[in-house]
Amino acid sequence: MSGGALPGQAPGAVPATRTVLSGWGGTAPSAAQVVRVTSAAEVDAVMAAAVASDRRILARGLGRSYGDAALCAGGVILDTTGLDTVLEADLRTGWVRAGSGVSLDTLMKTLLPRGWFVPVSPGTRFVTVGGAVAADVHGKNHHVDGSFCSHLDRLSLATPVGRRDVGPEKDPELFWATAGGMGLTGIIVDATVRLLSVETTQMVVDTERSDDLDDCMARMSARDDEYRYSVAWIDCLARGRHLGRAVITRGDHAGVDDLPVGRRARPLDFDTPRRPPVAVTPPSGLLNPLTVAAFNEAWFRKAPRRRRGHLESIASFFHPLDAVEGWNRLYGRRGFVQYQCVVPTHAGDAVRRIVEHVSDARAASFLAVLKRFGPGDPGPLSFPMAGWTLALDLPVGAARLGPLLDSLDDLVVGAGGRLYLAKDGRMRPETFEAMYPGLAQWRAVRQKVDPDAVIVSDLARRLGVIDAPGRRAPTTGSGGR
Amino acid sequence: MNDATGMPQTAVVIGGTSDIGRSILRTLVARRLRRVVLIGRDEERLRVVADDLLGIGATAVDTVVGDVTDAASHASWADDAAAALGQIDLVLVTAGTLGDQSLDEVEPSAAARVLDTNCTGPAAAMVAFATVLRAQGHGRIVVLSSVAGVRVRRANFVYGASKAGLDAFATGLAESLRGTGASLMIVRPGWVATAMTAGLTPGPLATTADAVAADVVTGMGRGAAVVWSPPPLKWLFAVLRLLPAAVWRRLPG
Repeated sequence: MSGGALPGQAPGAVPATRTVLSGWGGTAPSAAQVVRVTSAAEVDAVMAAAVASDRRILARGLGRSYGDAALCAGGVILDTTGLDTVLEADLRTGWVRAGSGVSLDTLMKTLLPRGWFVPVSPGTRFVTVGGAVAADVHGKNHHVDGSFCSHLDRLSLATPVGRRDVGPEKDPELFWATAGGMGLTGIIVDATVRLLSVETTQMVVDTERSDDLDDCMARMSARDDEYRYSVAWIDCLARGRHLGRAVITRGDHAGVDDLPVGRRARPLDFDTPRRPPVAVTPPSGLLNPLTVAAFNEAWFRKAPRRRRGHLESIASFFHPLDAVEGWNRLYGRRGFVQYQCVVPTHAGDAVRRIVEHVSDARAASFLAVLKRFGPGDPGPLSFPMAGWTLALDLPVGAARLGPLLDSLDDLVVGAGGRLYLAKDGRMRPETFEAMYPGLAQWRAVRQKVDPDAVIVSDLARRLGVIDAPGRRAPTTGSGGR
Repeated sequence: MNDATGMPQTAVVIGGTSDIGRSILRTLVARRLRRVVLIGRDEERLRVVADDLLGIGATAVDTVVGDVTDAASHASWADDAAAALGQIDLVLVTAGTLGDQSLDEVEPSAAARVLDTNCTGPAAAMVAFATVLRAQGHGRIVVLSSVAGVRVRRANFVYGASKAGLDAFATGLAESLRGTGASLMIVRPGWVATAMTAGLTPGPLATTADAVAADVVTGMGRGAAVVWSPPPLKWLFAVLRLLPAAVWRRLPG
């Protein structure tokens, strides 16, 4: 089963190799036949071949989901990074139709010099448009602008029953099932995205430190609405009265007038820092409570107690970790998990209890990210809801990690919150079911375009996303034995 | 599917009634394990283990009566288990017998029986399941070896040699699985107090089935290739392996 073209295709038409893949966290690897496509017609051909040969299939972009969302063990991984063309653009009204493999990095480099920015930017530029739709990604502006799929006009989907063009007006059920649908409703071929007009590539940023978590949350609740972008970085290893001490950064795009006179002539120059890679994978355990606490301490001390109107580049404001290529490898061979939850606004106390649990467990977490979400969009599997979202990175290996995270799950479910599927690699199926009340409705919509569950991911199998838990999971198909 | 912390949702157990296997399963059910296929010789004892697991949270436990020395049936075990479970996350190989050294070293068929049960049979079964795991593109085999096979002793050389053969076979199979998405972990327990060793004098660093299970599950979480239980045995045997034969021969126990 290794190598060769898919059955039903001319040999060599689309090169395919069997490759072991994992998510950005480096956990739970699995092998699939990787097929790289470069055109919409090839997507349709590979989908048709998978249907004809009873193989499972899943699209994968730049592999930035942390767990098993972009894995399809034993099946076909359709690598979309060759669909990297901006197909259409209108730079007067501000929209682009981009192939699903176009990265947000490419979009920024193409559009910023022309005065346009992506409507939503997650913590890395190295995600594809298709991945941004599949995870319905959010950014620091969620409390004002919502998530990525709120800024789409149209999507083209390759489903096992044929191509579907959908949008908020045209077949909204399938459109919203695809928003945050983790690629399980069809292969996203292209997306039409509305853009944000900017005068410069700089941000005007206010920074302030808070001494504990309550102070941080109070400050964010009070004045977030004055800023388009807002986020807080929390030190989860601080204890006692410093529990949850944080640095809050908030800002907006700078206008030309905000720039120093000398830079006003070229306000739209977009420079991204050179990216020194992590040269070797260090042993797991390099990031332990001692080293991480030392880092967090230095980082907290370095932040100004209060600073207003500081100019910062888009790259440094939105994507600080992109400056180190392959930073995920710092966690060593065993990898890491990112735990990201949201709890409703009225249940903000759950955030405090989660931070307390993690602090008490001395789990080595780099700075955690806390942010206020605005209302969610209609996507049944879309993650954001009005409330507080907290994200933590934790190294894998300690036997107590699993039970610790399960206890956090209980807090989140109890508070009426949920976990982000793009980050998850370990929750239980019943936990997932409790967190996403729109799941039955989502399954019904998906069923119509993929009745035989041709599209599947390791995440879908683990959580029973497609089939309710207890029912038989889809098999790897007949191709391998 | 195995989760990010290495915990399986489904498992097949070959030698489904062993004390160590049962402890491992109980520990895994407390994490993520829900559906299990138990393969063993004694239906009644399989049923006891199945009821135990169902009582603590497993949702479906199938029992299959079969003998690990019956290599002709291994391919159908693997295919049937794959059909029942959908995905096989874990194949736990715990089948084994201590044998009766005094008989085994003089009676050819008795010696062959120990080697078949501890080495040839489990090796053949692993071949059958490795084929399924390769096609799946994921899944882990965990096989119970023994420190008795690390350096074979006069006192129990038939058992020791059978485990040495199994351990060597598993080491090679683990290498062959690299790059397939599937993996194999070897467990080398020391002297464990179980039904198999009842009535015998405990060896050095003696342990219990529950302690071995804890070490195995920790090793799975770390993606270990080899787990020694208790872990200091790794260093003890690094030394014992190098002893001159004349010294090795005189060691007590």
